[in-house]
Amino acid sequence: MSMVNYASREINCKIVYYGPGLGGKTTNLEYVYEQVSPTTRGKLISLATENERTLFFDFLPVDLGTIRGFRTRFHLYTVPGQVYYNASRRLILRGVDGVVFVADSQADRHEANVESMQNLYDNLSEHGYDLTKLPFVVQYNKRDLPDAACVRELDQVLNPGWEVTDPARQRRAENPFRPGEALVERLPTGEWWERAPTFEAVASSGSGVFDTLKAVSKLVVRAIG
Amino acid sequence: MPPGAVSWTFTDDDAHAISGAVQGFLRETGARSALLVDRAGQLVATVGEVPAFDAVAFASLTAADFSANDQLARLIGERDFTTLFHQGERESMYLADVARRVILVVLFDNRTTLGLVRLKLRGVVDTLAARFERVFERSPAPPPNAAPGAVAPAAVPSGQPHTPPTAPLPPFLSDLLAGADDEIDRLFS
Repeated sequence: MSMVNYASREINCKIVYYGPGLGGKTTNLEYVYEQVSPTTRGKLISLATENERTLFFDFLPVDLGTIRGFRTRFHLYTVPGQVYYNASRRLILRGVDGVVFVADSQADRHEANVESMQNLYDNLSEHGYDLTKLPFVVQYNKRDLPDAACVRELDQVLNPGWEVTDPARQRRAENPFRPGEALVERLPTGEWWERAPTFEAVASSGSGVFDTLKAVSKLVVRAIG
Repeated sequence: MPPGAVSWTFTDDDAHAISGAVQGFLRETGARSALLVDRAGQLVATVGEVPAFDAVAFASLTAADFSANDQLARLIGERDFTTLFHQGERESMYLADVARRVILVVLFDNRTTLGLVRLKLRGVVDTLAARFERVFERSPAPPPNAAPGAVAPAAVPSGQPHTPPTAPLPPFLSDLLAGADDEIDRLFS
């Protein structure tokens, strides 16, 4: 739910990092906070427990700059990943413009990833949103760990895609973030099929963090227009 | 309207009308300043003394505070709490719901009293609610609710029909697209 404020000449957009507990959502935001110039970002607000687990959310505002005289700002949020904080997760999704799902690549986090993805879909539905129509990217984090599942397996489980039923969108769409691949394509069975863009990352070292953020930011801005 | 499309816009006329109403309220009560924050955590307007704190962070926390208290209200069988009050040693804040989409936050110190703020609040909330209702009416309608119990695409693709935007967009928004990708690359490189 982006807000265009003609009086203060601002556009504000909300991006939420979602995913299972200890998957690296807060680490993504911390890396962005460390790397972006202090002149273009605000304070990193973390509502966390004493042992640094996210209790309610992390929040980081980042200024994109002034475009056509409008100051454009992204509000980045994380949600608490632990299962029992679902009420908090649902609240943070209110007014969301774009979602990053941060999956934990480790093989033994398979069920946690699937449960969290289903939970994301359910919570969005309660706000009246459909994940397949939102700006949405998937990040496969912790690619450096020895027990990381291969990307193809993660894709099958977390990003199998969905059918495109709108005739106007039934045409091949290149993946702008990975040349040569398609985000929308026709299957051999005849259906038009869409998948979310995916990114491999090691958030603790920053690898893939900005690729993910750039992608969801561009998708959000395109959705506004 | 798909989520992500512009859901409401706030014009100079809106800003003047709202600022006028809130300034009158601040004069009558002696409160220091007031902020209007939307329920998603975005700062809409500031009236009165310019806050010395980080207003963007403040707006985000205000929305979270109000949303969390909404849930607490439901747990005890109430629909919501329409106002909240936080008392400090020197500074206090009073939060009030406006048209279920915006929160009015009044900051005041010991130059006034909670009673006076509360007494005068109803009038300004009604005025603001009427104005915001007009803002929402000219904005696109909220999206229809998705089917309850729907299954995530990870398990079963939804295949629901795509709903195109229903409201015309301000002309500058399509211009925005032209430069936005480059701006994003520069910012995050």
